[in-house]
Amino acid sequence: MKKKESTLFNMVVVLLIITLVAGFSLGYVNDLTLEPKARARLARVEKALGAVLPQFNNKPVVEVIRLKQKELRDSTSIYPAYMDSTFVGAAVTGYSEKGYSGIVRLMVGFSPDGHIRDIVVLEQKETPGLGTKMKGEKFLRQFRDKNPETFDLKVKKDGGDVDALAGATISTRAFSEAAQQAFDSFLTNKNSITNSKR
Amino acid sequence: MAKPIDQKQNFLKGLIKENPVFVMLLGMCPTLGVTSSAFNGLGMGVATLFVLLMSNIVVSLIKSQIPNKVRIPAFIVIIASFVTVVEMVLEAYIPFLYEQLGIFIPLIVVNCLILGRAEAFASKNDLASSVVDAVGMGLGFVIALTVLGATREILGNGSLFEFRFVSEEANTLILFILPPGAFIALAYLAILFNRLTQKVA
Repeated sequence: MKKKESTLFNMVVVLLIITLVAGFSLGYVNDLTLEPKARARLARVEKALGAVLPQFNNKPVVEVIRLKQKELRDSTSIYPAYMDSTFVGAAVTGYSEKGYSGIVRLMVGFSPDGHIRDIVVLEQKETPGLGTKMKGEKFLRQFRDKNPETFDLKVKKDGGDVDALAGATISTRAFSEAAQQAFDSFLTNKNSITNSKR
Repeated sequence: MAKPIDQKQNFLKGLIKENPVFVMLLGMCPTLGVTSSAFNGLGMGVATLFVLLMSNIVVSLIKSQIPNKVRIPAFIVIIASFVTVVEMVLEAYIPFLYEQLGIFIPLIVVNCLILGRAEAFASKNDLASSVVDAVGMGLGFVIALTVLGATREILGNGSLFEFRFVSEEANTLILFILPPGAFIALAYLAILFNRLTQKVA
């Protein structure tokens, strides 16, 4: 077949057709993947909840309380967990923008008396091999069963109780800040979730 | 083209003689950026292979309909569409990999390897040759990225495909995980690769 001439008409028509086809097929694929994408996001939250909360038989994902944070772009989510209508703990998201390369988002599980049950890192872009060790068992171990009332969520260098990751003090600071923020949200909203009649 | 292309040669050139990473040094941005582990390298390689294959097929099919003066914007729209498809599919079905690769998925659009093959090969050759070319080049890219990722992961993290062979406390050459390590590892691998292939050729 002979190549089409580069006349203005040809060029406009060909580009129009290509962009139209591309646009419609992208819209179609977007429709197809909309549901699996939402499901994948939900599955991630549920997996994190399972890791930080004790056994529960309500649906924290449905009963979530979302709080607007004043100075942050992100909102805080509180996932309350109940076992036969007894409050057994809550998972709270915490957020810090002070990571070494951007956002650090955590999910912190608290028992009813405010002890940290466990922490899951939801999102981070820290340096691989240094800051990413915040996901490691060795680092997370120090937070378990600590109450932030007595366990100062600050890096030891800044006068707190948190052992910083080797070579990643900034990442550790962001992590601590996010955890502290989660604890603050938990404290201020504790009454409303423990007392809510079900 | 006057004489038929030797398909075996056409396939192998992407792996060895014109290996996109080690010989032609194309697509350096994803190559250096995502290869901090073997798995990331493999994932990025496969995503690129898919886009390259699809864009080569489409470009080769409609090459006679594209006026010469607007061929680059036409190719870019085609490539960008497939990249967006890859992005959506990854987010829906392999969210783990989607998070790891992050910004580098949309950046496949500007990977000069893909536009380069569309422009230099698919727009001049028939469908079958273009498919073989894309698979050869794509596999060359996958292998290069996986090898580079594996090298950096072994040296920098003491593991391979997340399987650790040193304890978490052990001191590893963290430099290789960091960006400068990417350049160092790539340079030495390129030397090694060219040494080995010189002897063959």
